[in-house]
Amino acid sequence: MRHRTFFWFFLPTALAMLLFIAFPIVSVLLQSVFAPHQAVFVEVENCTPLVGCTTETAVDHDATRSLREAQPLGRFVGLDIYFDRAHLALTEVGEAWAGADTWGAFWGKVFNLPLYRALSFTLTFTFVVTPLLIVFGLMIALAVNSLHRRLKGLMIFFSLLPMIVTPLIGSLILFWMLDSRGVVGSALVALAGDPNFSLKASTGLTWVMLMVYGVWHAAPFAFVVFYAGLQTLPKDQLESAMIDGATRWQQVKYVVVPHLMPLVTFVALIQLMDNFRVFEPIVGFNAPAHATSLSWIIFNDLGGETRQLSAASTTSVLTIIGVAILLSPVLVRTWHDFKQKT
Amino acid sequence: MFLKKVAMAGAMSLLATTAISACEIGARVSIIGNEFPAIQTVGAGAAACTGAEVTKNLTADHKDIHVPGMQGNPAEYTSAIVANSTLVILMNDDLVRPLDDLVAKHGGALQKSQLITIDGKVMAVAFMANAQHLMYRKDILNDLGIAVPGSYEEMLDAARIIREKGIMENPIGGAYAAGWNLAQEFNNIFLGYGGSHFKPGTAEPNVNSEAGVNTLNMMKSLSEYMNPDFLTHDSNATNAEYRAGNIALLNMWGSRAASQTTADGVTDEVKNGHAIAGPMTVGGGATPASTLWWDGWTVAKNISDAEAEATFIAMMNGIRPDMMQDEAIRTQAVWLIDGYEPTDAAIGVFEAAKMGTVPYPMVPYMGLMHGSIGNELADFLQGKESAEQALADIEAAYVAAAKEKGFLQ
Repeated sequence: MRHRTFFWFFLPTALAMLLFIAFPIVSVLLQSVFAPHQAVFVEVENCTPLVGCTTETAVDHDATRSLREAQPLGRFVGLDIYFDRAHLALTEVGEAWAGADTWGAFWGKVFNLPLYRALSFTLTFTFVVTPLLIVFGLMIALAVNSLHRRLKGLMIFFSLLPMIVTPLIGSLILFWMLDSRGVVGSALVALAGDPNFSLKASTGLTWVMLMVYGVWHAAPFAFVVFYAGLQTLPKDQLESAMIDGATRWQQVKYVVVPHLMPLVTFVALIQLMDNFRVFEPIVGFNAPAHATSLSWIIFNDLGGETRQLSAASTTSVLTIIGVAILLSPVLVRTWHDFKQKT
Repeated sequence: MFLKKVAMAGAMSLLATTAISACEIGARVSIIGNEFPAIQTVGAGAAACTGAEVTKNLTADHKDIHVPGMQGNPAEYTSAIVANSTLVILMNDDLVRPLDDLVAKHGGALQKSQLITIDGKVMAVAFMANAQHLMYRKDILNDLGIAVPGSYEEMLDAARIIREKGIMENPIGGAYAAGWNLAQEFNNIFLGYGGSHFKPGTAEPNVNSEAGVNTLNMMKSLSEYMNPDFLTHDSNATNAEYRAGNIALLNMWGSRAASQTTADGVTDEVKNGHAIAGPMTVGGGATPASTLWWDGWTVAKNISDAEAEATFIAMMNGIRPDMMQDEAIRTQAVWLIDGYEPTDAAIGVFEAAKMGTVPYPMVPYMGLMHGSIGNELADFLQGKESAEQALADIEAAYVAAAKEKGFLQ
């Protein structure tokens, strides 16, 4: 394609990307380096029912308004919010390093900080769930593909159900089933033989529950992609493998998987990104006491009575950086493949 | 009986029509607010006005949308139904207007105690009061010969006896879900121990104190008598446990007292055994371990004067005194409206007011403190860190947030 043609061909996409991707990112970046102005306080008398009058502190609106008009963007704080306790917490991590004698004590202190606590769960979730859902997706795809033609449609439908259910609803349903008075929960209590046994009260089991949910929800996506790939399997290669006496396992290992490799990369890329943004199950399972994620922190900053826009923007920028780092190995490999081909 | 009902209904509808015909508005009204029954009633009353469109958005997520919905000019919402904590949030951003002139013109039906004045200006009109207080199963306490707990210490004793007698494994309930609910329970007990959230006259945190440590230890002791899932139980889940007969003692909102036994699936045992009492004290203190709340409505700042007047008239129609003659409406809340006769469900809140319960703090930075408490307490209650560490974490999280919002240097 000539450069000129390519330019005109690509222009609409580029404009849309500028509008819907680049501008929001610039806006988030800006909001993360500006914070609201210093509040000016005044003492006022409040009178309320059943209590009477008391003296309280309130924001002085006239003084605040003139500050706001002078600098509508707010107060420039540079990277202060990035480095505060709610985010990278440089001071606190430094103190933990200086004050801790052992690695355990150091990490204990670091994981007590909100961002690192969220990262520990987010990364564990991402690196446990992504490989598992690829393996399960492939297994389901192989199983469905070997079924009789008439059964296939029905099985595909049922295999896709977990993905069709809205994540929040899916996790809520499981949440109530797993409640210590729910179907699965009371079965587990009977199995454990301990009337006080509770999945939701244990951090470890909550993590397991969230990851099982993650695999359950995302495996159908991998299944659909791999199933489509299986339809393009080279028949003659498979036949020659069979003639050479390859077992079913060997066929899968040496013919099917190499054929599906580009799709595995694709699924891994998408799911790494998705799992790094894990959010709905934490809300659905009411789990923030045990597990938080970067997206949950953003939600929490925006959803409090007092909205913290700057803090939420900073976490958003850190999430973007995190996704970029996660995807870099896969992207570098794709780039190398591209270079070799051209 | 049937005839009497028909006559009553006829009288009621006559009353309603006279009230409706009295309410004529000349500009748009748009209401945002929470969704519990009393607020639904107020919203319906406002929507009965004719002459212009009245829209209402009553949702549990009102806190997330009222600020953005009132920041524009003209504002999307002309009125927000608020409580102590949320009025401060709107005031922080200067989104509500003083109502003195409108009160003088159209506020004839208001009692002076309904006016929320800040710095001498009426900023909101209150219509109901609320507080958390004790609810309990009188049948169980009577059987065991236990007196109604007046303090958290007595609540623990009662719970121990109920467990020892094998009646219930986890007799105490509480809205201890990590987040807003958990922080509110902390606030109650903390104030009961005489704590104050901030150093006097400043935005500096003050929870890492003896009162703070006592509070956490009390919460830990209480949690040992709760369902092990307590960190996921909000008010709704706690009430479900109570209605199912799984718990016998709980600190719960007065606004939920009337519906406690009327929901679907409540067992007869619970219906007959349900009783309420005033809030409990803690640690031998005289101040109840609870907070006093009011709910009321505001008028937006960024709207035309005509819209403000229409909004005021419509909202006044939502809280008119003749509504207090309807038994169903009367039981919905502890109304502050003229002509309200307290029902049995109101005992707890009135007791709270009589005992000198502290109002929920109305300072600009309380929202951030509440959020920090809700996020940092769970580790302590799970036994992962000490009380001192949890309180230090709360203060550090609050300081970081308050610096960002410009409340601290």
